[in-house]
Amino acid sequence: MDSRAILAELPRLRRYARAMVGDRAVADDLVQDTLERGWSRVAQWRPGSDLRAWLFGIMHNLRVDQLRRQGLNTQPLDDAESEAPIRPTQSDRLEVNDLAAALARLPEEQRAVLLLVALEEMSYDEIASTLGIPVGTVMSRLSRGRERLRLLLEGRHPAAHLRVVR
Amino acid sequence: MSQHPITEADLHAYVDAELSDSRRAEVAAFLAAQPEEVRRLQAYQLQKEVLRRLFKPVLDESLPAKLLDLTEPPIAATMEATAGPRVDAKKRPFLARWSVQRMAAGFAIALLGGAAGWLGHGQYQATERIAQPLPRQAAVAHVVYSPDIKRPVEVTAEQEDQLVKWLSKRLGTPVSPPKLGALGYELIGGRLLPGNSGPVAQFMYQDSSGQRLTLYLSTENSGKRDTGFRFAREGAVNVFYWVDGKFGYALSAGIDKGELARVATAVYDQLEPK
Repeated sequence: MDSRAILAELPRLRRYARAMVGDRAVADDLVQDTLERGWSRVAQWRPGSDLRAWLFGIMHNLRVDQLRRQGLNTQPLDDAESEAPIRPTQSDRLEVNDLAAALARLPEEQRAVLLLVALEEMSYDEIASTLGIPVGTVMSRLSRGRERLRLLLEGRHPAAHLRVVR
Repeated sequence: MSQHPITEADLHAYVDAELSDSRRAEVAAFLAAQPEEVRRLQAYQLQKEVLRRLFKPVLDESLPAKLLDLTEPPIAATMEATAGPRVDAKKRPFLARWSVQRMAAGFAIALLGGAAGWLGHGQYQATERIAQPLPRQAAVAHVVYSPDIKRPVEVTAEQEDQLVKWLSKRLGTPVSPPKLGALGYELIGGRLLPGNSGPVAQFMYQDSSGQRLTLYLSTENSGKRDTGFRFAREGAVNVFYWVDGKFGYALSAGIDKGELARVATAVYDQLEPK
C-alpha cells in the first residue's frame, strides 16, 4: 500500500461513498475511516493485489458495521407494498434530482451493487469478492435494484404491484 | 437459438457487456422478438449512464486534507507496517513529497476551476437545490431524451405552431426553434423541462443518419453577463453554450466539436439577427 496508489484511488472512493450515503461530509468520514482501517490492517494487504477492490471491501464492511450500530434497517424492503413511486402524479421526466432521490430509496445492498456496476464498472465476479457475497446474490440484487429504480423513475406508470399513494 | 434458455442474469450481463461473443449473439437474437425487454434494458442502460454523469463531478473535487493526510500511514500504523516489507520510511523525502503532492492537487484544481468551473462541486448537492450550470443541465437533458426512440419529444414538429405557442407562453417570452435544415438537421419537436428556478425548453433535431442534437434554451440568466461561445464536454456529449441577456443557450450532441461549432454558429446567427 503506497501513498501514490492510495492517492490515485481517493477520488473513486469518495465518489462511491458519496453515491452510497448522499451527504458529502458523511461520505468523506466514511472514506477517512476506510483509510484508517486500511492502514491498521496493512499487514493483511498482499502487495500486487487489487488495491481498489481491497479498499472498497473495507469500506463496505465499515458501512455494514455503521448501519448495524446505528440500528438502521439494513434489510432490503423487498415487499413492494411499502414503496410508493416517487412522483406518481407527475410527468414523465427522468431528471438527475429524481435519480438521486430514487437511488436513496433503494435498499443499501441493491444500491451498492448498482453503483459498483455503473460507477466502478466492476465485473460481477469482482463485485462478489468485494462485497463478500456469491455471484448469484450479486445478480439478484442487481436485477431487483435496477427494476426498482426503473419503477421509481417511471412513477407515472407504476407497475401493478406498486400502490399509487395520493 | 441455444438450448440454454436466456435468463434474467443474461439480460443484465448483456447490458454490462459481460457476455461471451456467442452468448451475446444468442441474447441479441432473443431480444429481436422482445421489444418490451429491449425497452427495459434500455432503461437500465440509461440508468448507468445517468448515474455516471450524476457522480462524475465528485472525481474532480479537491481532496480534503484529512484524506490526503491518510495517503501516508498514520503514526500508529507506521510502526506496525515497518515490520513488513515496506519501503523504508526514513528514506523518503517525506515533507518534500508532501508539499509537491499538495501543490499538484491544488494546481490541478485551479486548472479545473478555470477551464471547467461549470463542472461545479458536489453534483450530489442537487439535493440541496444548488443551481446546475447550464451546460450540465443541457447535457443531462440531452442524454436522457435524445436516445428515446418512442417519445423523444413532448410535441412533435408536425405541430410546430402549437409547440412555439406553448413554449413561448410557458417561458414567458417568444421562443422558436431555429431552422437547421440547411445543415442537414430537421426539427423533431420539443419539450418543456424544469430548470433551476423555472421552465426551460428543449428542441430536438435529427439528421438523416438518426444523429440527434438538442438545443436547450433557458431564460433564467438574469444578472449574468453575456458570454461568447463556450465549449464543454460531458462524457460522449459535446456542448456549445452561450449567454445572451436573460437567455442561456446550449447545443448538445454526440458529434465532433467542429461540426457542432458549425451548427452552433448557425443557431447563433438565426437567434441574433444582425
